[in-house]
Amino acid sequence: MSLTQPTPAPATPTLDAEEARRLRDARIDRVAKWVLPALVFVIMIVGWDRLVVWNEIPHYILPSPGKVIETLIKDWAMLFEALLVTLQITLMALAVAVIGGVGLAVLFNQSRFAEMSFYPYAVILQVTPVVSIAPLIFIYVDSRTAGLLMCAWIVAFFPILANTTLGLNSTDHNLRDLFRIYGASRWQRLRYLQLPSALPNFLGGLRIAGGLSLIGAIVAEYVAGTGGIGSGLAFRILEASYRLNAPRMFAALLLIAVTGVVIFAGLSFLSHMLLRKWHESALKREV
Amino acid sequence: MGGHAHPAPSPMTELAHRPIKPLGTRPPLMELQQVGKVFNGTVTALRDMSLSVHEGDFISLLGPSGCGKSTALRLIAGLSMPTAGRIAWDGGKAAGDLGVVFQEPTLMPWATVAENVFLPFRLRGRGFAEVRGEVEEALSLVGLSNFASAYPRELSGGMKMRVSIARALVTNPRLILMDEPFAALDEITRHKLNTDLLALRERIGCTVIFVTHSVFESVFLSDRIIVMAARPGRVIEEVTVTAPYPRDEVFRTSVEYAAHCQVASQALHRAMGEPA
Repeated sequence: MSLTQPTPAPATPTLDAEEARRLRDARIDRVAKWVLPALVFVIMIVGWDRLVVWNEIPHYILPSPGKVIETLIKDWAMLFEALLVTLQITLMALAVAVIGGVGLAVLFNQSRFAEMSFYPYAVILQVTPVVSIAPLIFIYVDSRTAGLLMCAWIVAFFPILANTTLGLNSTDHNLRDLFRIYGASRWQRLRYLQLPSALPNFLGGLRIAGGLSLIGAIVAEYVAGTGGIGSGLAFRILEASYRLNAPRMFAALLLIAVTGVVIFAGLSFLSHMLLRKWHESALKREV
Repeated sequence: MGGHAHPAPSPMTELAHRPIKPLGTRPPLMELQQVGKVFNGTVTALRDMSLSVHEGDFISLLGPSGCGKSTALRLIAGLSMPTAGRIAWDGGKAAGDLGVVFQEPTLMPWATVAENVFLPFRLRGRGFAEVRGEVEEALSLVGLSNFASAYPRELSGGMKMRVSIARALVTNPRLILMDEPFAALDEITRHKLNTDLLALRERIGCTVIFVTHSVFESVFLSDRIIVMAARPGRVIEEVTVTAPYPRDEVFRTSVEYAAHCQVASQALHRAMGEPA
């Protein structure tokens, strides 16, 4: 921006010791961010494998990593089917949690009396452990799928409700005044001011809810128990544990963990795409 | 600067059509009649304020903190109801009669510059296509034509303020309220925006009420300065700045400017109950 340049700029940019160090550190960090966790992973797998081999631990107590992968491939048809069942419940619960969470947040925001009346019960629903409610739900709800969905929803909706409510209530006061001056209707204020302001909070809640709906689905499956066709991963783990089939338990566990990571990564990506143009959280800072 | 008087169709037909008449000959726009505001029944923020605003006036409300200048602005904006007195608009008040610029730029961070300027129209149910011309013109008036699709975070503080000004004038309002809009900016930017604001006013002939606590800013910008005092907030006196527009950087360093500043400054000292 300066208009005068007393000395001509050098042809190649020069780096002083501090800048050189900063650049070098940044380069090292970029590589280490990927290499270090990968290294830990390899060490753990090798360590686990050696532990099993050297101590001659039987595979029904602790299978080696190779055995787990082998089982995963061998039982793939059954495990994949179970994964689809669990995934279906999880995603449906997440969808219902989004609709219910955002819907309640908007309702609470629009009506103070609705918030006063129902918010305490939303909290009670949230703080009561789902494992203790689930058996009751399965008594009163005939459909197994509906029961599972309800359990997963109870766990997942609250973070969305709480975060979206916070977002809807924390709009810029001057912008609110501006909307009033321009005679905005309630709906216009919600649509053009409050919902966009609440988007970052909602997406934060969504990322938590994604993980929680998987947990809710798994817990509900444990409680629901009944097996046969249409059983999810949790039931497969339970079933395998009765049969002392530890490798299959590990294989199912692996699938659940990977599913959780994929859901989180997907929602994080969604959040990044929606916020990257304007929100502070998505900005790279210079220096 | 009267757009309607031009023989050739001007690109500014929508916004530039109000010639500014000399002080004393301007038609009335709105009036505050003995307006008062008491908060919680105990705190008198403003007492007995009377003010006639005429078309083309550039009025500064000048005073220390707590003198009720921002309260007066909120009352005029309709954001708050007067406890006493009344506010009367000549010919009644319609939607779109007001444009407002706050101390902060107050832009929607999720919307582009053009969408931010479009907001007043959007809230009145107009489509972007219908008013694209007005939005583009307002942006060009504040010198931001090339930033229509930028997001606010990409702009400097001064540029954000320009967007805020463009949004305030895009509907061609009868009155623009400005609440210490440049107080948070550095002095170089503030001087530049002061000069540009006056140039803008020459072109579109808008009426402005400008809240400030700077004597120098009020003298540079306004033709009428309302000097206010605190506890309780009230009007002490009115100072008229007779220096002709357009005013520019030359005026800022002139003897005339210094003399007007001295008069305003003395009035402010009287308002604060101190020896001048």
